[in-house]
Amino acid sequence: MTSLSKKVFVSLAGLFLITFLLLHLSINLFILPITPNHEETFRQAVHFMTTSPLIKVMEVVLFAAFIIHIFFAVTLQIENWIARPRGYKVWQKSRTDSPFSKLAIYTGIFVLIFLIIHFMNFYFVKQGWVSPPEGAYEVADKHDFYNMALNLFNNPVYCVLYIVLIIVLGFHLHHAFQAGFQSLGLNHPIYTPIIKILGWIYSILVPLGFISIPLYFLIS
Amino acid sequence: MNFTLKIWRQENSKAKGRFKTYKIENISPDCSFLEMLDILNEKLIHDKIELPVDPVAFDHDCREGICGMCSLYINGHPHGPEQGTTVCQVHMRKFQDGDTIVIEPWRAKAFPIIKDLMVDRSAFDKIIQEGGYISASTGGVPDANSILVSKEYADMAMDAAACIGCGACVAACKNASAMLFVAAKVSQFALLPQGHPEAKRRVQAMVSKMDELGFGSCTNTYACEAECPKNISVEHIARMNREFLKSKLTHAEKKRIGGFG
Repeated sequence: MTSLSKKVFVSLAGLFLITFLLLHLSINLFILPITPNHEETFRQAVHFMTTSPLIKVMEVVLFAAFIIHIFFAVTLQIENWIARPRGYKVWQKSRTDSPFSKLAIYTGIFVLIFLIIHFMNFYFVKQGWVSPPEGAYEVADKHDFYNMALNLFNNPVYCVLYIVLIIVLGFHLHHAFQAGFQSLGLNHPIYTPIIKILGWIYSILVPLGFISIPLYFLIS
Repeated sequence: MNFTLKIWRQENSKAKGRFKTYKIENISPDCSFLEMLDILNEKLIHDKIELPVDPVAFDHDCREGICGMCSLYINGHPHGPEQGTTVCQVHMRKFQDGDTIVIEPWRAKAFPIIKDLMVDRSAFDKIIQEGGYISASTGGVPDANSILVSKEYADMAMDAAACIGCGACVAACKNASAMLFVAAKVSQFALLPQGHPEAKRRVQAMVSKMDELGFGSCTNTYACEAECPKNISVEHIARMNREFLKSKLTHAEKKRIGGFG
């Protein structure tokens, strides 16, 4: 497979993950008291996400997206390292060099670590492979994501780790948004600047949304 | 002006290279970078500073910024510190008196070092051989306007065709990727009617060859665009990605079985 084909897969899978993240955030925000019956809304959303047959199908697509994205991105990166066996003695930053794109593989590794922690805390619990996180809140069953989340966020160490890793995710997303479109060949004198601005907004607002939850628990 | 030069010396493609330091004095500020290297070589040959006499090998040809032969990685930038300029057009007044200047060859697996600062860029020729041309016989010079091309498209094609194939994009890219070069060559044909009949075959063939030769891929850092002496834009990379995707989805090369007759 050519490098360009691999990049198309990385970007398609990545853009799907970007969309999924918005859905994930919109549910997560209901952990915070943003509406009077936020807990009820959160539980209903979790119920839907764990029982709906449609979501079961989407879950397979989601896992496939993660595997495709990671597999091809890592393959490309290894090929890229091989392409320059010996580096330069002096290397200066270029005018348009994007540090977010340069660091994408490394921020990606941190996002993967976060994903593994996240799976241990929720998905594996749901599957019954790991016991639910213990804490002040009684976890009713393996679908009681609300109390599991509360237990985790009541731990300040977890909150700080969560915040740091989400910031790193923000860096990854900043690269992802515009690069995803470029790899698919979408570059336009009017739309590309808009996509770049949307990339900035997305990569700041979405991580901020996620961070607001542990911040709320740290402060209150 | 006086300079300290740290130059990569490597006897041949197999040898293990190393940096050597040379002091050079009384250089005119109006001297071009390549002329400064000529003066250094004259000193190495005539004054026999070191034995055996071995002048620094570096590529150059037109010295007018259009041939794409010069290829020096100077102080961390391909073609030196100036934007939109080849090495031959960089003058010593762009440096400070007493500066230390580090000169390295392009570094990429696909560009093996021949000697010192000279690299073998025939990989680019091999990519061109895969489709960077129009195979139809075009006959004599056609009448003006017999093939209509809008001004806008003619300009864009010309911007892409400004690529001189020097390899600065490969040298600048953290992945040693030739994407900007290949994209410029694919674009210049994709934008013109003459290039259309072979467009689908061309993009697939050139991209495959680029991968096969060991160039990296694009991670969208756009260092290539910043360092390109001809200011080729990364929008050509997007156009190539688009052409490639279109071609992959609608075109498969017919496999020829056996020969003719």
